[in-house]
Parts: sequence; structure tokens; C-alpha cells
Amino acid sequence: MTEALLTLSGVHTHIGEYHILQGVDLAVPRGGLTVLLGRNGAGKSTTLRTIIGLWKPSRGNIRFAGRDIGGMATPSIAQGGIAYVPESMAVFSALTVRENLYLAARSGPMDTARLEWIFSFFPALKKFWNHPAGNLSGGQKQMVAIARAIIEPRELLLVDEPTKGLAPAIIQSLAEAFRQLKDSNTTVLLVEQNFNFVRRLGDSVAVMDDGRIVHAGAMAELAQDRSLQERLLGLALDSHQ
Amino acid sequence: MSDTTLPAVPRDIAPMLLVPALMLAMLPFVGSLPTWATLTVAGLAMGMMIFIMSSGLTLVFGLMDVLNFGHGAFVSVGAFAATLVLAPMRGWMEADSLLANLGALGLAVLLAMLVTAILGWAFERLIVMPVYGQHLKQILITMGGMIVVEQLIGVLWGPEHVPMPLPTALRGSILLGDFAIEKYRLLAVAVGLVVFVALVLVLNRTKLGLLIRAGVENGEMVEALGYRIRRLFVAVFAAGSALAGLGGVMWGLYKETLTASMGAEVMVMVFITVIIGGLGSVSGCFIGALLMALATNYTGFLAPKLALVSHIVLMIAVLLWRPAGLMRK
Repeated sequence: MTEALLTLSGVHTHIGEYHILQGVDLAVPRGGLTVLLGRNGAGKSTTLRTIIGLWKPSRGNIRFAGRDIGGMATPSIAQGGIAYVPESMAVFSALTVRENLYLAARSGPMDTARLEWIFSFFPALKKFWNHPAGNLSGGQKQMVAIARAIIEPRELLLVDEPTKGLAPAIIQSLAEAFRQLKDSNTTVLLVEQNFNFVRRLGDSVAVMDDGRIVHAGAMAELAQDRSLQERLLGLALDSHQ
Repeated sequence: MSDTTLPAVPRDIAPMLLVPALMLAMLPFVGSLPTWATLTVAGLAMGMMIFIMSSGLTLVFGLMDVLNFGHGAFVSVGAFAATLVLAPMRGWMEADSLLANLGALGLAVLLAMLVTAILGWAFERLIVMPVYGQHLKQILITMGGMIVVEQLIGVLWGPEHVPMPLPTALRGSILLGDFAIEKYRLLAVAVGLVVFVALVLVLNRTKLGLLIRAGVENGEMVEALGYRIRRLFVAVFAAGSALAGLGGVMWGLYKETLTASMGAEVMVMVFITVIIGGLGSVSGCFIGALLMALATNYTGFLAPKLALVSHIVLMIAVLLWRPAGLMRK
């Protein structure tokens, strides 16, 4: 069994008076792509935001690479090797593509070889290198957001619904990027609602409902089990193909 | 993925044209070229001083979302702190040497900026930090902080007006044909331009500047990239306070007299400048300050009874055109 890089044990998160995460137990194996599925409002985004420290867990443990990171400040968690791509993309629109990536390269100048590697699956970034990120299309902004997260090697990449609202051609580019990330042995925790996008990418999967993990296992198992999909996700894969 | 080339990035030049447009538009109304030149230089000098006082506040507004109604305290403290240098160096100030005059002024400015930076740091730690995200409390507590600082100035310097005469070499005017331009106003324009260029360079050419601009847009994401934005907040707050201190020295020399409430008195102009420019925009603040000062001067000359409302009319006109301010996207 692959060692878990990230483990959440009984994690509860309150946002104001709302009890969003109600005891999340999740293990993200090192080196693979884990998909977090679930309907809207199930707590997927809150789980990512709790891991990166933007929400503080009110109970439970979060361990990353053997260290307890629950309750740590966001910058410390990020410096420890976790990168985060929020659902909103959150590119700095007044800054150019180059400046967005330059800020993310904390340890010094950007690595040219790594930059070329990113350009290999996101060529638009090279083309619009000196353009303000705010002028880009939604798909190109998503590329900036992901490139920003991987401009330096990180142990774990948290990505929140990267395909939301994007055209199929751009989704294919993103799929290629995630394949390359898997090949580079980067661990990814990917929140998605687009099951077709993740069923071939994911190694493992967890399904959330009402702030809890209600299923965890291999993606191949869920992809082949139509009744399980219908029970957990309320969808029949055939109708989405 | 779209393979089409993006259109050229449009440069937003309309706000930049407003200042020269206003200056030129007023020439026929003023009539006399020398009078127009005097009014214009006076307006530019006043605008530069307002810009210096406002620039820190706009960054604090934009980056930290803090409504600091106590910003005027730093203006007053800066001016009064300068007197600690200028009084004992009266000999240098009254010497006929420009170098000696500027030397004394430079030391006074350094002390004023140091004192206000430290005060700003303490103000952020003690007064602002507990009320982040709570605008009403921010207004109340920062106004309270300003009142406390004003009273402390009264305790230390007494209730009387404190004179702050111009140094000898900066008194009087330079005559250029029929134009008479006050020397100190030229210095104010030069200092304002230096501050503006320095701020623009820092914000656009350094990683610190990029972080500040990114933080103005999305502080949470800056933290998620691994930067401690709280430290950045404090540094910007202290730097903004130091700029207000510099503005206080310039304003004090312009008025040649200091009162503990001088900072509070300029706060209306400072807030209008920040709002006109667009929260967080240094360039917008620069244009807004010049527009407001020029409008005040021209209106004061052409229709004195309307001078007091010219700020408000200008703000309404700008916000009707660009509701988020001149340079705020």
C-alpha cells in the first residue's frame, strides 16, 4: 500500500455558525492523483481551504509529510510544500503572466527548464507572457493559476474544480497538464464535479457528502461500477459519454 | 485553447489627460497668463503635498481594507517631530546657503519619517489589528487614536500655534518674465514628483511592489503562495505613515505654522483624493490630488464662494464617470 502524504483525521471546520466539515477522514497517497468528488455544498472546497489553512479546523488532525499542519498559518503550510489553485483561479489580474509566475517562484529566479516544461502543455502562457493576466480568457487564467502553483516543485498540489465553465478543448489541455504532473511524481488532490474528466486521470477517489467522506477507494473501481456511481454521485456514466 | 493573438493592451490614458486638460481649459477663464501660471503652479504644489499625504493611505485602504481615519495624526506628528530638528538648527535654516537650509530640512524630514513610521507600526499593532474586517469599529477606533495623538501633541508642545518658518533660501519667488513662482512651491513639486516616481518604481519594478499590488487584489492568494502578508501589511502601514509624516513637514512649511489638528483638517482632502483616484492606486491618487488642488485654486480665483464645494463637485463628477475611481479597474 502506498504511503499517505496527507492525512485528515476527524477534521471539523466551522465557518461562522455553520458546521461545514463534520469529521473528514481522508488519506492522499504519495505520488498519485486523488480525486475528491461530491455534489455542490458537500464540503470539497472547504476541505482544500482547511488543508491550506485558509479555514482553521475546529477539531481533528491534518498531517502532511509527517508533520501536523492543522492550525498552522497559510504561508507556513505553503512554504512546507503545498500549492493551492482555488476555484476562482485568483490570478492577479493587474499583473502580467510573467509577474504572476515570478511571484510564485519564492526561492529565486524562475527555472528556465521548468518553465519550458510548463510551456509544453500550456503554450498560451508563452504567447501571452507579458500580457496582464486579467485580459486572458477563463481557460488561459486557469493555466496561469496552475502554472503558478507548479512553477517550483511542490510535494502536494491542491486544485479546486479546474474545468468549471471551460470549453472542451481547454479541458483537454488541462488533462494533459495533469498527466504530465503525474509523470513528474507530483501528488495531486483534485476537487472535481466533471466525472468524465477525472475518471481516467485519477488513481484514487473519495466522495464527500454533508461534510464527510462517504466513500474512498480506487478510481478504477468506481469508474467500472455503475451502480456505485449512481448511488454516490447520482449519475450514470454512460449518459455522460 | 484559443490561438488568436490578444488585442494590444489598451492604455488607460483618459485619466492622465485630465490634469493638462483642466489646466488648459481654465486658461481662457482666468484670462491673464501670469495669473494662470501662478494659480497653476500653486495648485500643482498643493496637489503634490496632498498626494504625499494621501499615497500611504490609499495603499493601506487597498491592501489592508482598513479605513484609517487616524491617518491625519501622522501628518501632525511628522510636522511637530520636524520642529525637534529645525528649532535647534535655526542657524542653518536662517543661513543664506541653500545647502545649509536643505541640510536642516533633510534631517528634519528624516526624523519626521522615522518617528511617524514607528508610530504607524505601533498604531497598527495596538489600534488597527484588533479590528481588521470591521469597518465601523475601524472608523471609531482610528478617530479615537487620532484624538489621543492630538491631545498628546498639545501636552508636549502646548496649545499655542507653533511657528515653522521657511528657510531663508526658500522664501520669496523666482521671476520668469511676468511669472512669479514661489520657490517653496517649486520644491514641493519636485519632492512630490520624486515620491511619485519612487513609488511607481517600487510598485512596478520590485518583488516587494508586485507583492503589494497582488496583495491589494487578493491577499488570501498571496498567503497561499507562501508570503506572510501580515508582515507586508505592517511594513506598508509604517511606510504609509512615514509618507504622511513627510507630507506633514511639507504642509507645515507651506502654512508656516503648526497646530495639533492640522492633520485632521487636511483629512477631507486626503480622503477625497483617495476616493477619486481609486482605492489602492498610487497613480490614481497622484492624478486625483493634482485635480483637486487645481480645481480648488481655479475655483477660488474665479468663483470664491464655490471654492469650498469644488472638492465635492469634483468627486461626484469623477464617481459618476468612474464609480470605482479614476484608476481602479
